[in-house]
Amino acid sequence: MNLFIASVQRDLLVHFRHPSEVLNPLVFFIVVISLFPLGIGPEPGQLKEIAPGIVWVAALLATLMSMDSMFRSDFEDGSLEQVVLSEQSTFIFVLAKVVSHWLLSGLPLVLLMPLAALLLFLDEAGTWALTLSLLLVSPTLSLLGGIGAALTVGLPRGGLLVTILVMPLYVPVLVLATAMVQAAEAGSDTIGYVYWLLAILFGSVCLAPIATAAAVNVATDQ
Amino acid sequence: MANQMLQVRNAGCERDGRQLFEDLSFSLATGELLQIVGGNGSGKSTLLRVLLGLYTDCQGDINWSVDEAPLYLGHRLGIKQSLTVIENLRWFGVLREVPVSQDRIDEAVYKLGLTGFEDSLCAHLSEGQRKRVALGQFLIMDNPCWVMDEPFSAIDADGLSFLMAILQEHLDVNGAIIISTHQPITIDRPINTLALQ
Repeated sequence: MNLFIASVQRDLLVHFRHPSEVLNPLVFFIVVISLFPLGIGPEPGQLKEIAPGIVWVAALLATLMSMDSMFRSDFEDGSLEQVVLSEQSTFIFVLAKVVSHWLLSGLPLVLLMPLAALLLFLDEAGTWALTLSLLLVSPTLSLLGGIGAALTVGLPRGGLLVTILVMPLYVPVLVLATAMVQAAEAGSDTIGYVYWLLAILFGSVCLAPIATAAAVNVATDQ
Repeated sequence: MANQMLQVRNAGCERDGRQLFEDLSFSLATGELLQIVGGNGSGKSTLLRVLLGLYTDCQGDINWSVDEAPLYLGHRLGIKQSLTVIENLRWFGVLREVPVSQDRIDEAVYKLGLTGFEDSLCAHLSEGQRKRVALGQFLIMDNPCWVMDEPFSAIDADGLSFLMAILQEHLDVNGAIIISTHQPITIDRPINTLALQ
């Protein structure tokens, strides 16, 4: 538990001192979303219809941007092998890395959601559904992305490979999340989608860190 | 009374089609220092990583009889650039689940010659100073076994004599040290040498 708290504190401190890694994906997210009204034309009806898809794809890309760095600096400066060497659980360390990744990339995206919805003329129900869906899904994104980040950390240029590895894993949550927002806009019940997204989240919490910890052990074995 | 800490039998390792070492057998007891020598690329660092279990593509039996995993100083120092000297030292303590008192840290900082740099980010320190921070892990904890890969590189003459002193001190309290270096070790103790071709 000590390691978990200390590790999250350490990551927050490091990123607080060098905020560009946190800010770049967020700026990217807003810029991508604001390009659509410019490209497609500012008719509210059309934008509103494709808004869930746009926002979700932009959110996935922004998350993937920050994914590569999850373990990279720890690997390069030797912190990762010190963790493996100490007799502490790599699982706990990995979980702490995922939590701090979510605090620094997932949570800010959730907070930006109302702004994104405003840019695309979403109504109130749609905005709420969008924000709720991202709140439910963003931890899953960090958990699944961690597997890709750990698998590629030993490679000199892993960034694109992470995207290719992780994108397919994101497809189910993308489908469910956009369907949830569309259902909310159409005024129908969304609780079924919420259950599904929660089920995927809990499944990921249990399983993803195991895979990530194993990948970390492989990465330091050299 | 010397106790066996490490027993290695028939260790061998092949890397990229080249046999780095084979049939190595040796042991390490409390109060002993084992110096590993050999030219560049002879496999000194790999041997240390094999001993620690950080590199597993190897043969042979490696048996540790210690209560806690040895402390390790590798080529990658384990120092975070955007943390301060104190924060990095505390992190070493967290990793080993050892409560480290502020006095102990202050003392280590003083001994390491880093007084005045306590709150400097490690990114702003010189190579040698960063190495000193990484050496700090040996000073703030009472781990019986130290594994050091080239601890003397980038260290100045003052640092060198200080390092020899802490090696001597550690052996005097029945610690054990495995060290890979080209530098002659000038301590008042018998030194076991293992040469890799």
